[in-house]
Amino acid sequence: MSAVSSGKGKKKQSGSIEEIWNLRLYVAGQTPKSITAFANLKKICEEHLAGKYRIEVIDLLKNPQLAKGDQIIAIPTLVRKLPEPIKKIIGDLANTERVLVGLDIRAV
Amino acid sequence: MMIVKEKHNADVLEKCPTGIKGLDEITKGGLPKGRPTLICGGAGCGKTLFAMEFLMRGAMYYGEPGVFMSFEESPEDLAKNFISLGFDLPDMMARGLIATDHVVIERNEIEETGEYDLEGLFIRLGNAIDSVGAKRVVLDTIEALFSGLSNIPILRAELRRLFHWLKDRGVTAIVTGERGDKMLTRYGLEEYVADCVILLDFRIDEQLSTRRLRIVKYRGSSHGSDEYPFLIDETGLSILPITSLGLDYPVSRERISTGVPKLDTMLDGKGFYRGSTILVSGTAGTGKTSLSATFADAACMRGERCLYFAFEESPSQIIRNMGSIGINLARWVKKGLLKFYSARPSLYGLEMHLLTFHKVIEKFDPQVFVVDPISNLSSAGTASEVKSILTRLIDYTKMKKITTFLTDLTHFTGSLEHTSEEISSLIDTWLLLRDIELNGERNRGLYILKSRGMAHSNQIQEFLLTNEGISLVEIYTGFGQVLTGSARATQKAEEEAFELARRFEVDSKIREQERKRKVLEEKIAAIRAEFDAESKELHLIAEEEKKRQAVLAKDHLEMAHLRKSKPSDPPTKRSKKKKERSVR
Repeated sequence: MSAVSSGKGKKKQSGSIEEIWNLRLYVAGQTPKSITAFANLKKICEEHLAGKYRIEVIDLLKNPQLAKGDQIIAIPTLVRKLPEPIKKIIGDLANTERVLVGLDIRAV
Repeated sequence: MMIVKEKHNADVLEKCPTGIKGLDEITKGGLPKGRPTLICGGAGCGKTLFAMEFLMRGAMYYGEPGVFMSFEESPEDLAKNFISLGFDLPDMMARGLIATDHVVIERNEIEETGEYDLEGLFIRLGNAIDSVGAKRVVLDTIEALFSGLSNIPILRAELRRLFHWLKDRGVTAIVTGERGDKMLTRYGLEEYVADCVILLDFRIDEQLSTRRLRIVKYRGSSHGSDEYPFLIDETGLSILPITSLGLDYPVSRERISTGVPKLDTMLDGKGFYRGSTILVSGTAGTGKTSLSATFADAACMRGERCLYFAFEESPSQIIRNMGSIGINLARWVKKGLLKFYSARPSLYGLEMHLLTFHKVIEKFDPQVFVVDPISNLSSAGTASEVKSILTRLIDYTKMKKITTFLTDLTHFTGSLEHTSEEISSLIDTWLLLRDIELNGERNRGLYILKSRGMAHSNQIQEFLLTNEGISLVEIYTGFGQVLTGSARATQKAEEEAFELARRFEVDSKIREQERKRKVLEEKIAAIRAEFDAESKELHLIAEEEKKRQAVLAKDHLEMAHLRKSKPSDPPTKRSKKKKERSVR
């Protein structure tokens, strides 16, 4: 996992007016929890937001100053930057139902 | 032995001075260095201020930068709140001495799913510590986590880890916590922070608020265990522990005038000792304020600064009233030598008064300090509180070599030689003013109840307030009675008249005797004259007789001569002689 691995799993959908889901996952090194969270997130996005999401992983061990901006206290934390309003989900995202509720994704 | 000693030294807990007035004294050096301390208390008891002052003073005076991690107030709000206490947070931040981090946890924004930890918080804190090289950390109030996050077991585990982590980082931390119902803090933070716990309390007794501080626990150190009142004012927190002052202040041999020459005479001829504590007690209207003003006037006349705390009258009223007995205090106020401080005793709590005393004394640096009267303080607290305040005040002024002049209003009931605040043991010189009621008038008397370290007069003096100030007059003590006022004057006049009359009587007796003597002498002279006259006459008769005899003899001879026949005729001569003798 690189420090800021943007665009991982990004799929472009040209000409779409539909909004792009901009998601940020904050982690602190490659802990089991972080790895689990990333895997869970990826899975959920592929299932529900295929082609219209972007995941940015931020490793706070490498960029600690970034924690302040998004008010991160817990690790891992998933932040939905877009669409507004900002939503936060903390934990390893093991419960898919709750993640969907947290991200406000209705079943398509 | 050596090893033991070294080991001992290593074991001694290092302390981190807070710089908060009085706290370092009761904690014997400050908070445990490199360990977390819990400050708990109810809302508005000064937790945040305590923590902020700890950081600010550390950064300003001890070269220890700090981090303020706020869970409640934003740095902007904090800056606004503390600028009034003289702490310029933005400036300190700009100078890289203090870093702040505002942690916002919006519960409605956050969804929890699965396992997590608070590594993000650790990272933020670590980042802030590194950014300024912090030695001190404040977490205010970390309990906000409990309301923001719902997974309590994780939170508890993480808090435990956090405190260990803080210890490992070697920072001296303050963690604040809201007071709970049964526990010290609502979420039992005291479980994790086991080294030092300080409880702040804010109480209201009889409409007067008092803040108190107590060290609940201080592992590995002795500490003051009482409840210490503390204050929050424009310079931050101050605690004034009664135990923080000792009895080892320097004493002066210098003497200063009381302002009343006769009173100086009564005090060994020299007046009070500099730096001593003087109490003037008396009932209402005995001249306590006048005596204080005279003393203040004398001090200013010597060019000393005098601080006058008035609890009963306003400064202008005192100046006006003292003008009526010829004391012009206004000129000293104008010159800046005399400073009045007037306040109703019930305006603040006692501790606030003591703090005010301290602050004003520190600022004005007077040589003479007058409190008129101390008895009014008792309306702001209980007797033991007043005593504690006065003890601390007197200790403080003694340490600063300030001559303290206190007045005390005693009540008509009970003994005069009894201060309402029971502080007689703290007093060096105690003057008592009392009323002497006699023959339908009331007069003032003054005497010295005690005066340490000098031979003082034991006489009661009549205390007169004249247009030219205070004067003391010996009271009348003749004929086995004590008189004052007009009775004294009358008695004096009477006595003088009596004396005059007696003197006159003696004089006339002397004159009579003289006259008698003269009469006697005259008599003696007369008798002597008579005697002299008689003896003179006798002498003349004798002469006459002699002459006559001579004539007789001559006659006889002639007759004999004539007779010739009878050469002698003795019988005739003898008869004549006989005749002479019978005449005599």
